[in-house]
Amino acid sequence: MISFLMHEKQDTVGVAVVDLKAGQVVQGRSLHGKASPRLKVLSDIPLGHKIALQAFKPGDTVFKYGVDIGKIVAPIKKGGHVHVHNLKTKRW
Amino acid sequence: MKTPTFLGYRRKNKRVGIRNHVIILPVDDISNAACEAVANNVKGTMALPHAYGRLQFGEDLELFFRTMIGTGSNPNVAAVIVIGIEPGWTQRIVDGIAKTGKPVAGFSIERHGDLQTIADAARKAKEYVQWASELQREECSVDELYISVKCGESDTTTGLGSCPAVGNVIDKTVAMGATASFGETTELTGGEHIVKAKAATPAVAAAFMKVWNNYNDMVMKEKTDDLSESQPTKGNIRGGLTTIEEKAMGNIEKLGKKTKFVGVLKPAEAPTRKGLWFMDTSSAAAEAVTLWAASGAVVHLFPTGQGNIIGNPIEPVIKLSANPLTCATMSEHIDLDVSAILRGEMSVDQAGDKLLAMVVRTASGRLTAAEALGHREFVMTKLYRSA
Repeated sequence: MISFLMHEKQDTVGVAVVDLKAGQVVQGRSLHGKASPRLKVLSDIPLGHKIALQAFKPGDTVFKYGVDIGKIVAPIKKGGHVHVHNLKTKRW
Repeated sequence: MKTPTFLGYRRKNKRVGIRNHVIILPVDDISNAACEAVANNVKGTMALPHAYGRLQFGEDLELFFRTMIGTGSNPNVAAVIVIGIEPGWTQRIVDGIAKTGKPVAGFSIERHGDLQTIADAARKAKEYVQWASELQREECSVDELYISVKCGESDTTTGLGSCPAVGNVIDKTVAMGATASFGETTELTGGEHIVKAKAATPAVAAAFMKVWNNYNDMVMKEKTDDLSESQPTKGNIRGGLTTIEEKAMGNIEKLGKKTKFVGVLKPAEAPTRKGLWFMDTSSAAAEAVTLWAASGAVVHLFPTGQGNIIGNPIEPVIKLSANPLTCATMSEHIDLDVSAILRGEMSVDQAGDKLLAMVVRTASGRLTAAEALGHREFVMTKLYRSA
């Protein structure tokens, strides 16, 4: 079963396509069909929300659609929930 | 791919419509009551009440007239009754619509009162609706359609599924020779450089950036905080969108992978030739679709994530969603469920084919969810305060 999707192969976050529960070991794939490695979900991630495909530290850039969508403002572990509490636009 | 055909209404000016409305159009807010009375008396007609039309001036007034005349001129409209408080502006709208060759008559209330105006206008409306009821649909081709696109209540599923499906239809139909338009100046922010790169010529790119910069300058002047709860909206955030860049990238999927846009339109301005056009619009759904309908668009494709329920009185709005929760809990609003893309069971190309088939069915007369549920949001764009 697909648990999350990536738009492009260089994306560093995936989008949960089902509700993910902490502790689950899940696998995703890119829209082009390439499967991701398996990873462990660290906290509950609702459908549509993003999962970290790598560890991030503050200042890191996040890639989705293969482009820069903002910067990390709080550390995230691989498998963590990426959202407004730890990712901000660089624009404002 | 063979260009599909459908059964539509070919109007006197050769434009193709997919509906056959007789509308009762108020020039101003205080003529709404008379228009609604006519529509109540003559079955098969539709009043379009709105909030403006008094003491507007300058570019705001020009946009008002463009919206009113454009709405009456839309090929989905067979005939029009115009009612205003005084004869001057009423006649200006009648004359504008008359250029299409369709039947149009104006009535003004001063020196007659509501009751006499309603009686006179209702008599004419009855004549129009009976005439329109005998018009026959004939075979038309998808390249004769003018399609508008805009998403709403977007989330991460719109960027994964429903917006790419719309982009796929744009690529296919514009290649066939159709006309199309996207807009949402505000919500391209974060991806404006990517839109710029999709312009057909450097002049078109410059015209787009001029419109976008005007908007951005206004935001920078008026903003009191960092906009992080306005763009993305609370609904977007609930659906998993975090930054405006991420939101814009999902939005831009609607433009297709291959298609370049050929020009920039003012709000409610009609395209002058085929191809994909950018229109300077609000990102508020009802305002934007009203502008496209006034520019002559006959069918709208509306991807939604969390479930925007918008409709328009004269331009059918086809809604699609890839969010399985929305498709399950708001199914009565969704014309096409493409959530199979998220399960890996449907490709974007297959979703595009399904959406194109839905466009053809809708063009031949199938009522959209919004039409069946009575969604007739007719909302003017106002540029600034009246005099």
